[in-house]
Amino acid sequence: MNDSLRELYQEVILDHSKSPRNFRVPEGASRQAKGYNPLCGDRITLFVDVEGGIVRNIGFQGAGCAISTASASMMTEAMKGKTEAEVEKLFNAFHALVTGKSGLVGEESLGKLAVFAGVRDYPVRVKCATLAWHTLKAALAQQEEAVSTE
Amino acid sequence: MSSSQTEVATRKEAPKRPFDVERVRADFPALHQNIKGKPLVYLDNAASAQKPRQVLDAMMRLYSHDYANIHRGVHELSQRATKAYENARLKALRFVNAASDREIIFVRGTTEGINLVAQTYGRVNVGEGDEVLITHMEHHSNIVPWQMLCGEKRAHLKVVPIDDRGDMDMDAFKRLLGPRTKIVSLAHVSNALGTINPVRTVVELAHERGVPVLIDGAQAAPHLGIDVAALGCDFYTISGHKMFGPSGVGVLYGKEAILEKMPPYQGGGDMIASVTFEKTTYNRLPFRFEAGTPNIAGVVGLGAAMDYLTEIGLDAISAYEEELLDYGTERLRSVPGLRLIGEARHKASVLSFVLDGVHPHDIGTILDQEGIAVRTGHHCAQPVMDRFGVPATARASLALYNTREEIDRLVSGLHTVREVFGLN
Repeated sequence: MNDSLRELYQEVILDHSKSPRNFRVPEGASRQAKGYNPLCGDRITLFVDVEGGIVRNIGFQGAGCAISTASASMMTEAMKGKTEAEVEKLFNAFHALVTGKSGLVGEESLGKLAVFAGVRDYPVRVKCATLAWHTLKAALAQQEEAVSTE
Repeated sequence: MSSSQTEVATRKEAPKRPFDVERVRADFPALHQNIKGKPLVYLDNAASAQKPRQVLDAMMRLYSHDYANIHRGVHELSQRATKAYENARLKALRFVNAASDREIIFVRGTTEGINLVAQTYGRVNVGEGDEVLITHMEHHSNIVPWQMLCGEKRAHLKVVPIDDRGDMDMDAFKRLLGPRTKIVSLAHVSNALGTINPVRTVVELAHERGVPVLIDGAQAAPHLGIDVAALGCDFYTISGHKMFGPSGVGVLYGKEAILEKMPPYQGGGDMIASVTFEKTTYNRLPFRFEAGTPNIAGVVGLGAAMDYLTEIGLDAISAYEEELLDYGTERLRSVPGLRLIGEARHKASVLSFVLDGVHPHDIGTILDQEGIAVRTGHHCAQPVMDRFGVPATARASLALYNTREEIDRLVSGLHTVREVFGLN
């Protein structure tokens, strides 16, 4: 196995893909959105409870590859208690990380999410890593149409 | 399919000329490269196949020496290009064993072939309450054009179910073939499962009821000899790029008597005999269905691909691939947690599979790091995925240039996949 694969499929990512956190419909979820990646068939439904501009509770359902599932799982962990402005900041930092532009933003703000840095070497997998994130944005914007990565 | 020693031995002796895979491989420049530092193993042939230098040379020769627009030029180059184009039509005629060059229409590919029939034959012959019959294993290109037609005409799309192995349910087919069925359209070989459908029987049964049959031959052309006279089908369509020819070109075969009665598909140059603002008279077959300047070099390249396959012999290719498929099936079954999707009695060289605990997309990424190209996803056959209860599969599809060593590389790559996911 080469280093690039080990970098992509880190233990933390495999752990979250096998046992995703917040993999449920949380109580009191006031907003939801669907995301779809036609390339590989990943589907996700994201549920958020936002109160006073703060993410109180968040969960997801669906099926996808290891990268998209782990990304959704770790994203939900990172988002609890964040304001909508902080969500936006994290979104931008994460997007920059997986597309290899993190010099602009700085990885330190991402904490544990920095394990997704390996995705930058796999451009076709960026859509997997960001599916949950785009879906969260849509949920916050109360967009009704499903998010598609294509 | 049996893989007993005696049967394999008999099959090996069957071709008149021994099939020499190394000689075949030498014809394909793209195969001889490293991917991520390892020799390429190309197993995505059902999506699109690589091209032999004979095809590349034919296209280069046309563009370098003999290129101009066809059919109406009086000058030398136009005559040369026309001759090359029409020669390819004769090659296609022989390749599918049609009765006349009037039955060979050049199209962009199988997708356009099916759309052409749906929009011409279909729009005239399918009306409100009528039925179009397809199978559950069709590619989206043999579903959506009929859905569009049925939507417009308020007709019904009927679907023949498939069993757990991936064979079509022939009893259900007989039941569904009803008085309102206006056309049957099905794949000769399934792209997602590899199933070879009993198309000859399908045609016989349909014709007993006076129902015409279209066969989507996209996946059959690179593997099996095609004989439309023996099949008796009314339409047969193939794509160049899957049979080692260029992309953007294909053939629609149609029985002359049926084509004669069909309205034109697209309007434009070359498909007309005369035009005034009051009235247009359409050209004769097959030109009536070839509006506009066609893919001239593509057609010439396709002709070269047909020559290439004919020279090696499709019987020899089928026999070689069958042996390779048996080997691949056996080797893949040895991988823990692997489930083959599609185990029809008669199969072409497609190995679709899922692996416990690993999504197909992750399999594809890891195999790519090993220099192995496979397809992952729904293979433009979402209803097949739904039927087998999987969101996607990984698919290794074999061609005449693949080897046992490459299958061993695939199996070793799958062990790496299991290692990455901590499954060993």
